[in-house]
Amino acid sequence: MSALGGLGSLAPYVLLVLVGFLPTEVWRMLGVALARGLDEDSEIIVFARAVATAILTGVVGKLVVFAPGALAAVPLAVRLGAAGLGLLAFLAIRRSVFAGVATATAAIIAGVLAFGGA
Amino acid sequence: MPPSATHSAALPHGSGFLGGARAGATSIFALVLLGSYLSIGALAHDFGFPLAWAVLTTVLIWAAPAQVILISALGAGAAPLEVAVAIGLSSMRLLPMVVALLPIVKTPAARTRDVIVPAHLTAISMWIEALRLLPKVPRGERIAFANGLGLCFMAVAAAATALGYHLAQGLPTLLVAALLFVSPMSFLFSALRNARVAADRVALLVGLVLAPLLAWGGIGLDLMWTGLVGGLAAYAVQRLRGAPP
Repeated sequence: MSALGGLGSLAPYVLLVLVGFLPTEVWRMLGVALARGLDEDSEIIVFARAVATAILTGVVGKLVVFAPGALAAVPLAVRLGAAGLGLLAFLAIRRSVFAGVATATAAIIAGVLAFGGA
Repeated sequence: MPPSATHSAALPHGSGFLGGARAGATSIFALVLLGSYLSIGALAHDFGFPLAWAVLTTVLIWAAPAQVILISALGAGAAPLEVAVAIGLSSMRLLPMVVALLPIVKTPAARTRDVIVPAHLTAISMWIEALRLLPKVPRGERIAFANGLGLCFMAVAAAATALGYHLAQGLPTLLVAALLFVSPMSFLFSALRNARVAADRVALLVGLVLAPLLAWGGIGLDLMWTGLVGGLAAYAVQRLRGAPP
């Protein structure tokens, strides 16, 4: 924030639009342009959906392995173990997303209490 | 079973804008967003940004990883151009997401300006739930449904940002760490649940394994390469099986 001090109190808002909003929104609007004329059965939709899915689980893999912020203090083995337990719960309890997320999160807390970190 | 009965059975919350909003409010992602945006609000507070600015990042950017970069990089005094490039790279995933979603959302008569709002509301949470629910919504009501779903999620996230900003001092580290784990886990299990065809499963597995490996090996643009390899592998599997998309 100190670097913005000389630009007045509007500076953070200008930066929000220029370096936060625009670099994000441009991808959505490019998507709007590319999706024109495509229908639900287009082959390119299968491809786009697969690309988005791979990036999505790629984000998951990176967040678990290279954890941000407070999660970084939790040992990697605890993070991987908790994700594995969550997967087991998801598969065992009727492929319930809630069961998987609740189990994985509880396992993180239990792992930190047992092995330290955070 | 007549179509109307199928719809009422498959869509307990109804269709249209309110149906979408109700589906959002009862989705597990309402909780997930609450958790992850609490931590974003707290982060903005810790770096000394104003409350209104923090909430505005949620409404305008509407992509949690980009917001984390914006807050922590600007807060640490990074060069604006550098921040813009980092955010642009992290938000690249929105392009294939919008391309995959809009053809399901729109009617043949829809004009470009009709899909600007659903495109802006596209984020991982909304994308996952829209792909799951929209096939059950009558075609003519899908834009309204998607807007209701996305705006509901955004409202929850904006409220959580403000709440996290106020709670910043009081959140214990263990809780913050656990909240940070909720988002990736909900993305992973929702993607698993939504994977119906072999192509989805191939993309899912390639992404999960390849992205951390590329990042670990110091390869730049890791998520872009992950998306291209995963997408091509999944597309190849789909073609080899000869299944209709």
